[in-house]
Amino acid sequence: MARVAIIGVGQSKFVRGYPGSIRELAFEAYREAVQDANITSKNVDASIICSAPEYDKQRSPAGVLAEYLGLTPQPTFYLETVCSSSSTGLKVAYSMVKAGLHDIVCILGFQKMSEITSAESQERMGRGADIQWESPFGTMMPAYYALHARAHMAKYGTTEDDLALIRVKAATYGQINDRAVYQKPVTMEMFKDPENSLAGPVASPLRVGDCCANADGSSCIILASEEKAKAFSKKPVWILGVGAASTAVNMAGRDLFSGLTVAMEAAKTAYKMAGVSPKEIDVAEVHDCFTIAEMMAYENLGFAKPGEGKDLIRAKETYKEGGIPVNVDGGLLSKGHPIGATGGSQLRTIVLQLRGEAGPMQVENPEIGLVHNIGGVGLYGNVTILGRD
Amino acid sequence: MAKQEIDDRFKKFGTVSFTSISKVNDFIGYLEKGKVMATKCKKCGMTFFPPRADCSGCLSSDMDWIEVTGEGTLLTFSKLQYGPVGFEGDLPYTIALAQFKDVKVFGRMSKELSDADVVVGMKVKALPVQLANGKIAYEFKKA
Repeated sequence: MARVAIIGVGQSKFVRGYPGSIRELAFEAYREAVQDANITSKNVDASIICSAPEYDKQRSPAGVLAEYLGLTPQPTFYLETVCSSSSTGLKVAYSMVKAGLHDIVCILGFQKMSEITSAESQERMGRGADIQWESPFGTMMPAYYALHARAHMAKYGTTEDDLALIRVKAATYGQINDRAVYQKPVTMEMFKDPENSLAGPVASPLRVGDCCANADGSSCIILASEEKAKAFSKKPVWILGVGAASTAVNMAGRDLFSGLTVAMEAAKTAYKMAGVSPKEIDVAEVHDCFTIAEMMAYENLGFAKPGEGKDLIRAKETYKEGGIPVNVDGGLLSKGHPIGATGGSQLRTIVLQLRGEAGPMQVENPEIGLVHNIGGVGLYGNVTILGRD
Repeated sequence: MAKQEIDDRFKKFGTVSFTSISKVNDFIGYLEKGKVMATKCKKCGMTFFPPRADCSGCLSSDMDWIEVTGEGTLLTFSKLQYGPVGFEGDLPYTIALAQFKDVKVFGRMSKELSDADVVVGMKVKALPVQLANGKIAYEFKKA
């Protein structure tokens, strides 16, 4: 069976309040990816545009962006799985190339969260889960992840300090990632100082420092058939495995709170398809929208046994020099989390790592990388495994 | 022709309701009578909380209402210092999830409980609570 490769990656700088329109924001990532792939817009056979629509003023953005990027008259469509939209885009694009429908497909993820006012944003946050049965109690994303943190602590003895260690690691790399929105250092002392804003309570046991920031940003991934990849790219990165899963939106419909079943299911599928085990992963990007999310990812992806994620971060095993480097680009905690662009940004990081082009963030000679991208509160799970020749 | 009356009781659910019409609007009627109810499929016996009008197991829409009774066990909780628009007056409040005999229930802890009272594993009851402006919900109290 012919393989499918990523031949180009791009990402805008993630910022607060992007000084331009959504089409201009999308253009930044697109230009970088197309130039990286050594192609022109004429070579792109189709595009998939990914974002979370509640932040968009533009209705049906796909056509608008495709025209601005020079991707007409090729087919385009819009795709959404909230925070994992662009990973889902990758999976769909992979299927289209694999099926022989198209040779080169562009996945463009974007989000201009500042498109709407802060008050509008607060209103939408209240509708982020099951609006019939849970939103009437006043739920928010941090509180849902806080429920998981509390369950993890009660079951395994994980502490608030363990979670803070994950933020400290993220900041270590956020400082050397010029695309990140948060580039300041974070120390354990800051979490212990009640005067410091990072130590402020949000939804117990999570504090301000445990949460990622909203941001505006775009990402772009160019996928190609094996034939086209070899024709255009000197360093194609191959898609070895893709896995995805879903679960009940409401907490009452679930059985696990110390982990995310969608991540476990998606990982199982992706590992099987790629024919690799967790031990063979050399570098990973996981969806750390909150510190507890990264902790659960260690366990759900098989980097640690259930309950032993805390040992991994305490021993610094997920640092660049450790046994399984995770989020060495600063993660969502440092980069910011422009919903529709996030998955593409994670994929870009792993592609650059596998090509040996990650600059100061480069892990030593990785061969296989993994991306874990979650939509909603563990509602949609996506795991992608990438490898190089 | 007489104008058909719209059953929009669900708009009364919680501090801010985002739903007004649902086939399980009787849930609100039961809350007003002091009962927190789940549904059970008459055909295959699957039990649902939140209540559903349709069974995902056997695709039947023939459901019974059953009461969520007895003691539940608190599985997890979180105290919010920030809330969405419309919940400012409720802050701070604690959301929680409890395991009852047949179902799990998501809701809020009663404001009567102090922070020290709320621990994972504690026994709770789910009881209706009247809110301002004629709204209604349920909450967990210490069993």
